Amino acid sequence: MSLGAEPLLDYFLVSTVLFAIGVYGLVTKRNALRMLFAIEIIINAANLNFVAFSRYLSTPNVTGQTVALFSIALAAAEAAVGLAIIILVFRVNREIDVLELRRLRG
Amino acid sequence: MVDIVFLALAAISIGSAVAALEAREIVYGAVALGVSFLGLAGFFIILDAPFVALFQITVYVGAVVVLILFTVMLVRREKLAKTPAGWERAVGILAAAALAIGMGSVAFASGLQRWVAPQGGAISFREIGVQLITQYGPALLILGLVLAAAVIGALTLAKVEREEK
Repeated sequence: MSLGAEPLLDYFLVSTVLFAIGVYGLVTKRNALRMLFAIEIIINAANLNFVAFSRYLSTPNVTGQTVALFSIALAAAEAAVGLAIIILVFRVNREIDVLELRRLRG
Repeated sequence: MVDIVFLALAAISIGSAVAALEAREIVYGAVALGVSFLGLAGFFIILDAPFVALFQITVYVGAVVVLILFTVMLVRREKLAKTPAGWERAVGILAAAALAIGMGSVAFASGLQRWVAPQGGAISFREIGVQLITQYGPALLILGLVLAAAVIGALTLAKVEREEK
């Protein structure tokens, strides 16, 4: 199902916009869950770049897809650990606002 | 010439990503995050990467979003939805816009718009399996160990200490 009409630039622009949205979320959000959302969006933008660039190589290559598979699996592990940390922090502090979690602040 | 399918997928994934971060109720945000992942799976399909698209749907939409939904249900409290101050939001929007404009102009200057997909179709995704067990075999083993360590760590972190009661 190859459409293939778009230049590579379009995929890169979509990926860039997604990355910028993720950075915006990381900068502004104070809720730990929303920050995890932003990290997942950034990882997905990177995966889109891997797959798009490997598709547009002049010689056929699946290395980009392989790297995207590794990246998805690592993101799943990261999400599991991050959510466990959020649950633990909420159980201890009854709070997941990252600006309120200042117990370790010097 | 931009394809209509491409435009629709871009609108779905970007709009849902914004909704995931800006939805007032965080449950709706988690569902919007799942929709955004589905849009990216559509991109993988039109990029001739059906295996990555299926992996994306299975792992992200099937596992990660469901895990996030469970956590949201456990953690949800209305007063957690504090809105950031106005200047914080302005700084975030400025940073994101500067990043997008900067990277976009670099891409325009680099001539990426002249790259079109090579004719002759995509390589078979059987190649992924071959590459995974030959060139990336050690990395695959280490990935298994990382996943096992992550699961054990997550269980240890989230375990309820019974003697607290």
